[in-house]
Amino acid sequence: MSLLLDVKGVTKRFGGVVANDAVSLSVREGEIAGLIGPNGSGKTTLFSSIVGAHPIDAGAILYEGRDISSLRISEIARRGLTRTYQQTRIYGQMPVIDNMRISAPDVKEGILPLFRRAGRASEARARDLLSFVGLYEKRDLLAGSLSFGQQKLLEFAMALMSEPKMLLLDEPTAGINPTLINGLIDRLKRANKEFGVTLFVIEHNMRVIMNLADRITCLAHGQVLASGTPDEVREDPRVLDAYLGAQ
Amino acid sequence: MSRSAARYAAIGGAGLLVLAAPFLAPAFVTQFTFLWLMIVFALTWDLMGGQLGYNSFGNILFFGIGAYACAVFQRDSGLGYYEALALGAALGGVLAAAAAAFLGLGILGLRGHYFAIGTLGLGIAAGEIAGGWDYVGAGSGMTVPLFPGALELRSLFFYFTLAALALATFLTLRWLYGTRFGLALNAVRDDEDKAEAMGLYTARLKTAAWSLSAFFLGISGALAGNLIGFIDPRDVAFAGATYGVWMVLMAILGGKGTLWGPVIGAAVFHITQEIFWTYLLGWQRVALGLLIVAIVVFFPQGILGTLREKFPGRFGSKAEVQ
Repeated sequence: MSLLLDVKGVTKRFGGVVANDAVSLSVREGEIAGLIGPNGSGKTTLFSSIVGAHPIDAGAILYEGRDISSLRISEIARRGLTRTYQQTRIYGQMPVIDNMRISAPDVKEGILPLFRRAGRASEARARDLLSFVGLYEKRDLLAGSLSFGQQKLLEFAMALMSEPKMLLLDEPTAGINPTLINGLIDRLKRANKEFGVTLFVIEHNMRVIMNLADRITCLAHGQVLASGTPDEVREDPRVLDAYLGAQ
Repeated sequence: MSRSAARYAAIGGAGLLVLAAPFLAPAFVTQFTFLWLMIVFALTWDLMGGQLGYNSFGNILFFGIGAYACAVFQRDSGLGYYEALALGAALGGVLAAAAAAFLGLGILGLRGHYFAIGTLGLGIAAGEIAGGWDYVGAGSGMTVPLFPGALELRSLFFYFTLAALALATFLTLRWLYGTRFGLALNAVRDDEDKAEAMGLYTARLKTAAWSLSAFFLGISGALAGNLIGFIDPRDVAFAGATYGVWMVLMAILGGKGTLWGPVIGAAVFHITQEIFWTYLLGWQRVALGLLIVAIVVFFPQGILGTLREKFPGRFGSKAEVQ
């Protein structure tokens, strides 16, 4: 499997705080990669750096072999690399189904496609994806009236709607009803297998990430502490020390 | 009667009323004409403030550009009255749209309150510039060519041209809000960073919306300048304290972010204002001020927004489908 994302020595400082300190990691095409680490270890900052939400101070971010570290967030999104947010971001005053419609992949082509009628295939896909995350019944409600967990699912469906090559998910199970988490893991795996989306997932729920990811990287204090298969990471004494607490 | 038949009957009835109004109430033709102008004001403002979430306090700039561009063209082109007015109005619309596109490069990068404050200066600055520029008559303003016909014909002519402009604006926006372009505007309003992160061309979207708003405002300025007959830089063309504020108020009164809200708001506002003039002369501005306060306190969502909140089912909002 070839590398889809290659983060090379990325450093990001906020004033005196070094949020990411020469972080290097990679994600292979088609896999599910995990990113764990204690609160404040720089996981979300790394996501923001990758998708171009802010400039990085040092290093390079290669996506499909090209350096994207100087591109803007919208340009990176148009290349098929999208993220979801820890605090969900949806279009609150619009109905759920319209949130899906405006996430169709052809809106990334420019202004003119917006005047074309969305094709029947696109409409069907919007409905299918809403069913996929269990929100089809809510399609006519304002997105802002959904619960936090439902908004999270909607944001995931919107991300899939835009047909990304790679999706960065920031804590997809946070705020989701525990009884739904198994269903969500299943959906993430299916999105990966059926839609061929490479996933890179930040997750605090150990059971979820061990179950989901093919490979895991652990950050602490902005630096890469360990990376490997779930089992390797779980048994790494440094990870246990920093993340799970010394025994 | 089926729903669609009732609909066509309503549209037909409204159409007849619009056509017959100047003959049924000839004394009010000028008032009706200004009502059409107010509807254009409110609709074009709401495209930015309501649909895109960019509260512009400088839209009056485009009205003034249209008024001056048309008047200058009428003065210098040497064409007949109607030809000069038609081409001048088109020129006014295009120049206003171009100005919006150019200014948008800088100002549309501002968000929220910063955009509102940034635009506030536009109309004021333009009024000062026009007031000092001899080519457009400086402080003494510009007069437009005399209408080549009887006074009654002149009233009817401007009534119908402004009615046509209001209708064209309304239909254009109705079509626009039905496309995904309309959805994209709402997406920017709800969360611009998210829209950008989803790959939408937010800068182009905003510029296009502002230019469209400016285009119709420019034409309305061209027609209004001729309707009023005299273009004063601060009291007509760049009348920020009256027209400039009213367009915001009317859209908010009727209901921001809806198609019909600005139309309803313009009608209610215009009628109320005329009643105040008639019955509270001397105090009309005070009454208007109190009305504005009352609107903001009791109907922050506007007339249509409040109704929609109370009777969501009537506005096509559907609850959970089981």
